[in-house]
This record gives sequence, C-alpha cells and structure tokens, in this order.
Amino acid sequence: MSDTHAYDAIVIGAGHNGLTHAAYLAKAGRRVLVLEQRHLVGGAAITEELRPGFKFTTFSYALSLLRPEIIAELDLVSHGFMPLYMRSHFAPMDNGDYLLLGPDAGVNRQEIARHCKADVDGMERFEHDTLRVRQFLRPLFDNAPPNLFSADPQDAEQVAWLVKHLGSADAKLMHDCVRLITGSIADFVDDYLESEIIKATICSAACVGIKLGPMSPGTGLNWLYLAMGEHDGIAGSWAFHKGGNGGFTEVLARAATASGAEIRLNSRVDHLITEQGQAVGVALADGTEFRAPVVVSSLDPRRTFLQIADPRELPADLVQTIQRFRFQGVASKVNFALDGLPRYPALEGRTDQYLGFVNVAPTVEYMERAYDAAKYGWYSEHPYLDASIQSMIDPDMAPPGKHVMSCFVMYTPHELKGASWPAHREAMADRVQATLRRFFPGFDDLVLQREVVTPDIIEERTGLSEGNIYAGEFFPHQMYVFRPAPGYSDYRTPIRGYYQCGSGTHPGGCVIGAPGRLASMRVLADTR
Amino acid sequence: MRTTPFYPRLRELNHSHMWGNWAGYLSATKYDLSSKHEYFGVRNAAGFFDTSPLNKYWIRGRDAERLCSYAFARDIRPVRPGRAQYTLWCDDAGFVMEDGVVFRTAGDEFLLTAAEPNLGYLRGLARAFDAEIVEATEDFASLAVQGPRSRDILAQLTPDVVDLPYFGFAETKVAGSQVLCSRTGFSGDLGFELFIPADQALPVLDAIIEAGTPHGLRPYGEEALNMTRIEAGLPLFGYEFTSSRYAFTHEERFTPDELGLGWTLRGLDDPTRPFIGREAILAERAGAEARWRTVGITMTWRDYYDLHASNGLLAIPDEVPVPWEVMIYDAEGSRIGYATSFMYSPILQRHVGIARVRPSHAEPGSEVFVEQTVNHEYVNVRALVTTLPFYNPPRKVAAR
Ligand SMILES: Cc1cc2nc3c(=O)[nH]c(=O)nc-3n(C[C@H](O)[C@H](O)[C@H](O)COP(=O)(O)OP(=O)(O)OC[C@H]3O[C@@H](n4cnc5c(N)ncnc54)[C@H](O)[C@@H]3O)c2cc1C
Repeated sequence: MSDTHAYDAIVIGAGHNGLTHAAYLAKAGRRVLVLEQRHLVGGAAITEELRPGFKFTTFSYALSLLRPEIIAELDLVSHGFMPLYMRSHFAPMDNGDYLLLGPDAGVNRQEIARHCKADVDGMERFEHDTLRVRQFLRPLFDNAPPNLFSADPQDAEQVAWLVKHLGSADAKLMHDCVRLITGSIADFVDDYLESEIIKATICSAACVGIKLGPMSPGTGLNWLYLAMGEHDGIAGSWAFHKGGNGGFTEVLARAATASGAEIRLNSRVDHLITEQGQAVGVALADGTEFRAPVVVSSLDPRRTFLQIADPRELPADLVQTIQRFRFQGVASKVNFALDGLPRYPALEGRTDQYLGFVNVAPTVEYMERAYDAAKYGWYSEHPYLDASIQSMIDPDMAPPGKHVMSCFVMYTPHELKGASWPAHREAMADRVQATLRRFFPGFDDLVLQREVVTPDIIEERTGLSEGNIYAGEFFPHQMYVFRPAPGYSDYRTPIRGYYQCGSGTHPGGCVIGAPGRLASMRVLADTR
Repeated sequence: MRTTPFYPRLRELNHSHMWGNWAGYLSATKYDLSSKHEYFGVRNAAGFFDTSPLNKYWIRGRDAERLCSYAFARDIRPVRPGRAQYTLWCDDAGFVMEDGVVFRTAGDEFLLTAAEPNLGYLRGLARAFDAEIVEATEDFASLAVQGPRSRDILAQLTPDVVDLPYFGFAETKVAGSQVLCSRTGFSGDLGFELFIPADQALPVLDAIIEAGTPHGLRPYGEEALNMTRIEAGLPLFGYEFTSSRYAFTHEERFTPDELGLGWTLRGLDDPTRPFIGREAILAERAGAEARWRTVGITMTWRDYYDLHASNGLLAIPDEVPVPWEVMIYDAEGSRIGYATSFMYSPILQRHVGIARVRPSHAEPGSEVFVEQTVNHEYVNVRALVTTLPFYNPPRKVAAR
C-alpha cells in the first residue's frame, strides 16, 4: 500500500461490524483508523448506565448470530469475551398458564406434552428438518456471495460451486429451504404443530425486527436467518454477553486496538473524498480530512451510497436500487429499571423463568393483529414483547436485589400516519407497560425508571436508516447476491478503494460480525 | 446412603433430583437442569458447593509440625498459624499417594482435609512422634463459596473475610456460629471455604443464601465443580491419579513431577527435612527423564467444527467433562499420552483437557492429536499443548 498516507484504511463507524473489520485489517498488519460519530463505540450494540448501578442495553440485547470463527480468529476470549448462558424461554399465556422451555430436552418434552402430546414429536421433527436446512445453507451464509452478474472467471468458479452445492440437496431439503425462504412461518409450523402457545413461540422469533406478520410470506426467511445463530454450537440458542452487547463491542474494540487499530470517537464523517474515481480519504463534519487508499463504510446502504459517497459518481441504476431499498423500521425498545422481580401468579415463589427470555406473544393471531396496526401506520395496541431480565443472568447489570429488564417491542413503525414519535413515545411505552401489567400483576409498582427508544431515536443515534435494526429489511430480494444491490454483494462499490462492511451487506444485520469479516477478506485480497 | 448436615436444605434446592454418591454421602450432581448454568454462577457471580464428605483430621501435639513435615512432601514449616497449604504425600518410592490441604490452626495443631480415608495411615506414622491424629470428618459441615462475588457475599456476614490473603484463614463468627473460614477452593477463582460445626450447618447456610441471593449466588453440583477445576488445572483424585498405595502396576502410579506437582517440592535438598519419598524423588530427578509430563491441551473451534461439518454432522460441544480417558497421538499416529480430563470450556470457547504426554511432546505449542469418535469411527483431531491453568483470573489471589 502507498506510503504517502498515514493510514492504509479508514473505517467509517465503530459499530460491531466496523470494529470487526478494523480488527481483521489491523491483525493483517494494516494501519487502520476507525472514525465514530458518537462518544462511544458499539453503534446498535451498546450498554449505558442510565441510573447509578443500572445498566441498560439501549438497543440490541442478546447474542447468537456472532460467527464463531470471529471469536476464534480474533482471539476474543483473551480480550474479555464472555457469553453468559440464557437458560430458559418463558411465554406467559392469556389464561394464566405458560410455556417454560429450559435446558433439558426430557423436561421440555414433558412441558410440551402438558400443552399438546402430538407436539412433542412435532417439535422434534420441526427442529430436525430446520437444522438440516440451516446446515445446508451455512456455507452460503458464511462465505461472500458469488457475483452472478460478472464475467470474471474467478466469479464463474464460485457460481459453479454454488450450483453444485445447491444440487447436493435432496428433494425434501430443497423444498424445505424454499418453503422457509419464500413462505410464512405460520404456514410452516402448521405442518408440524397444533398447540397455539408452541406455534406462537416459534412464530414470534420470526417477527423480530421485520415489517411482516407471522402470516406474511417472508417471515420464514427471517426465522431462518435468526436460527443461523448459535451459542456453544446449539443452533438458534442465544447468549447474553457479560455487560450486555456494549460489553461485547468493548471486547471488539480492545481486540482491534491491541492489533494497532486507532479508534477516534466524536468524529462524524461527512463525505468520501475521491480523486479520479478512486477513494483517497474522508472529510469529517468539522472539515478535518484523513487520507487512506481504502475507505470502508460500515453504515447502511442508504448512507454508504447516497450520503457519504456522492451519488453522481455512481451508476444511476445502482443509485435507484439503493433508493428503493426497503428500511421501514418497526421495532422499539422499552428498558426498565426494576425494584424487584415481577410476579407470575402461576409460578409463585419461582424465579427460574426469568433466566432467559420472557416472550409475550400468546397466540399467532395476537402477533398478526399487532402487525396489522403497523400496516396502517400505527403502533400495536397489544404489542409483541421479547423481554429479558438481564440482571438475572449477569448480576453486574443492576445493584444487588434490583433488576434491569430489556423489552424489545413490535410493532412500532418508523412513519406514524399523521403523527410523530415525540408526541407518542410515552403513550407507546404505556401500552408496553399495560401489556406487562396484564401478565405480571403489580408490575407498575416495580418500575423505578424506563427508557423508551423508538425508531426515530434508533435512526438518530446509530444512523440506521428509518431505525431498521438490520440496516435493511430481510426480504428475499434484499438478501444474498442482492444485498445491497445486484452486482454489489462483494463488499466493493463502483468507486475504487471504497468498500462496504455493514449490516446492509451479506449476510445482513444482527450482532453477527460476518459483514465486517467477509469485507475484510475482500479488502485484504484486493490490496495485497 | 448417608446425607450431610446441609442435606435438608440442599434437598429443597435440588430441582434436578440428581444425586451422586461421594464416599457414601448423597452429593448433588447438579441442582439445576443445566450444570452450565451453575458453572456460570461460579464464574460470573458466586456458587456454593457442599464439601462435607471430605475427610478431615486434626493433627495435634508437641511434634505435630515434625510429623507433618515428615508425612507431607511439601514443607509445612514456613506455614504460620492462620495459613493453609496445598500438599501431597508420597510413598517411600516417591510416588504420590494423595493430596490435600493443611490448615495450621496453632503452632502445634493442624487440620488436614483429604479425599480419601487416612486415619489408619496417619496414626501409624504418628506412633513415632509426640502427636495425635483425631478424626474430625463428621464434626464439621464444610462449604465452598466460590466466584467473583463470594467475598462481597461473605463480607456481609463476617468482616474477617475481607482482608484474608490467598490460602489464609480466620476463625470467625457467622450467623452466631464459630466457623473457620479460609480463602481456598477448587474453582480457580476468588473463593472461600467454611468449616462449620455440624450442628450449626443450616443456620449458617441459610445466612449465606440470604446474603448471596441478591448477588446471584446459587448452589452447584459435582458436574460444575469438575468443569471449574479442570479450567483451573487442578488435579482430582480418581481422575488424574489414584493412590500409589493401591497400585498394582507401574502405570497406575505417578511421581509429583509427572503429575505437574513438582513445584510443591521446593527445598527438596534441604537435609534438615527428611520426608517420606524424598530419597526416591531426589534419585528420580538425578536420573533418567520422567516418563510423563502433565500439560494442558486445547482444541481450536475450527478443528472441532471442521471435523463435524466435513462428516455431515452438527458440531455441538459438550461442557460436561467426558468420563473416560482420551488418547493422544503424534502426527505419525503413535500414542504419546492421554487426557485424564477433557471438556468444552464455555468461558474459553474451546475444548480443554488435562493430559499426560511424553516429555518429547510436552513443550507448549507442540502439536498433538486427540482421539475423537465421529460417525462411529475414531478420528484424530489436532490439538495444542499448553501450560496449566487454563483459567486464572487475577482476582483469585489479589487483595481486595
Ligand atoms: C433496538 C434494536 C435491538 C436489536 N436487538 C438485537 C439483538 O438482541 N441481537 C442482535 O444480534 N441484533 C440486534 N439488533 C440488530 C443489531 O444490533 C444491528 O444489526 C447491528 O448492531 C448493526 O451493526 P453495524 O456495525 O452493522 O451497524 P451499527 O451498529 O449501526 O454501527 C454503525 C456505526 O456507525 C456510526 N456512524 C453512523 N454514521 C456515521 C458517520 N457519518 N460518521 C461516523 N460514524 C457514523 C454509528 O454511530 C455507529 O456506531 C438490534 C438492533 C436494534 C436497533
């Protein structure tokens, strides 16, 4: 690389993908500068002490998609990586009953049988079939998509690999893949299960972060995407990083800086600087310039192509594709500081149901109706909540005896019809609290403080357009070789030296690191 | 089957209803349905483990120190009252019989904990000394409280724990009972052990549970205990070795050096301290190279994953230590050792094992191959030799 620059590469944004990317480049000996607009690293993966002793996971709140190769290759354990075990999945029901799944397969059978005997093996068949799909798709997930639209022989080789791999599936496996990728999760689980609470539990996982209801085609794909995660090899299992996802991104920042990367906070990048179609650096909002022959944006496609780069330097069809790219964030967070543990009358005296997720989505219809509101530009009357009392898993999250509860809320569309979020934030949070009160009598009395994070706030603080948690919807036409645009799924851009490494690239969003890692392989190969 | 003084409470806490048999006492395998959950209690909050079945002996009398310094391979003489010491004892041929911890309660009084019964053996030795051995196993209920929060929890009950140094102990009052509280344990983490008069076991335990629950304290069973001690690189009687006293073959017995415990033998050539096995150990060290060295082995995520993925299987590591020895080979396929303990470490995110290998393969970084079963075939998987322990947080020995 050229010696006239102080840096070999500049990374825009110190979210987890920017940090992962920087760590890989630095580990390969490159001089890397990471520029972050905020006063802290992490982007959508941060932990903030909003009240003395109470730590809130402002945005993302659990870990599963993170690729195990990253943990190993960046030796994250030596920098403090510590995924804590989330032991259970608790789903309260309207009639006061519940579904409580835990770590023991035999006990889970008994719990499922309590609701529906046929679902015991139904669930096991569902799990086996979907594990096969997951196993089959994993090589696609973990490698950069081949460029289907290029004439380069190297690309042709990869396309040939893809075709061969797809050809290796048997008929059932291929059919299951296509049914999941194109269909609705509600239809898919109907083939296996009868019990409403068990179906709802699976369907809820398919609706996280996406502007679709469980009965919409496309939710199968979202379910499958999230099921690509694992904790200690267990597919679809989630962990809580010590100190929250902010604890995790601090680990990444340590790994990056230990390899020599420099992270500059409070440094908002205004635009890319190019010379003769080649990226040569960036300019900050305050006018400061940094130069490097490689500039990598971890921002979402709208910002990467339409704001940081000058769209006039890009092909018009790419610009149009990015303009059409769907964001439409629908998720919010309501985070609570609690004076004690909520009560669930049917489990009086027990607390083990809080050692993982608390999933408020008692029926498939409940979720579909929650989604209905979003279609028409409003937030759900009865929201679907994916909650977790994180201080139960990591006591360092709250003072002894006190708790923090993270509540992920669906559906709260970024665009409210004829209204704005500042006027409705508290009313939305009141609905969340009313929902919790309905299942956990006396919940209000426990609330010491609440933090309400709606899509406008997500957008404003992280830069994720329209507050979409994945940096772009998980629709089939926005995934794999189409993410973020056909022909640009290889982490490059039409501007030489300008790359993308954020969640808007393959495989996509979540605290996953794969975009950062795969993009680093591209940059390192291109600049050998 | 007998039960320990804590049993009435532990029975209520044991939601798994799984009990093991520790020397004829019920000992929880795990209290929760997942030992991984208990393990994280110890690693990220605090856990308590009932060690009551450990054998305990008083060694008292004018010659108590002389007896200890003769019976035990590690020199007890520098240990002041209020301090404890990890030790081991050997046979005349220099092979290890057992290990344990000695607490020096006074100039002429020691309390020994041991995995196995030793009353007859110690009494036999004591005949030549002005010292007596008193059986004390059932006089005490003993409890380990381990993990990063253990000090904060116990400090609510007795201020004496706050400044206890590593391997120090204090006789103090907890919940109105006189207890001996030491900064010792088997987890490789910050931790304490309490020796409580047996009839006071429940009130003391209840006070600890009450103080600890807001801190995430939970009980842990034998599986989680085993996981944490493997990460700490601590040998466990019955796994890493058995008593040379009961060996039928040379393969069944080991010297301190072979067990990686040679560090306990500082001052071996001090002629003022004869001890059982000394001459043989001196001869071993002067002679040919030892048969074995004790090392750590680790398997990378990549190697474990590829092994399964390339065979069409999911790679789901198991954190519960395997109950068998795992054979170790060199690159040519010759056997060069075996792992006595082997597990997936959730904290280290890789498989780890305590192993004995030939000295030729004992250098840290050496590549060895561990035998695994995949699709009903034996497959050798790459592993690296490391030093022990695997997990050793500074807080284990740090002052407050
Ligand atoms: C509310 C919420 C809950 C979620 N829950 C989970 C969860 O539990 N588990 C999970 O796996 N995923 C979750 N996600 C998704 C996941 O957090 C994101 O997909 C992921 O963190 C995005 O990472 P990134 O590095 O690609 O982008 P970001 O984290 O958005 O990072 C981009 C970074 O760039 C910075 N930046 C933006 N503009 C500029 C500029 N002009 N100059 C300099 N810096 C700039 C931002 O400040 C930010 O730090 C959640 C997301 C949200 C919003």
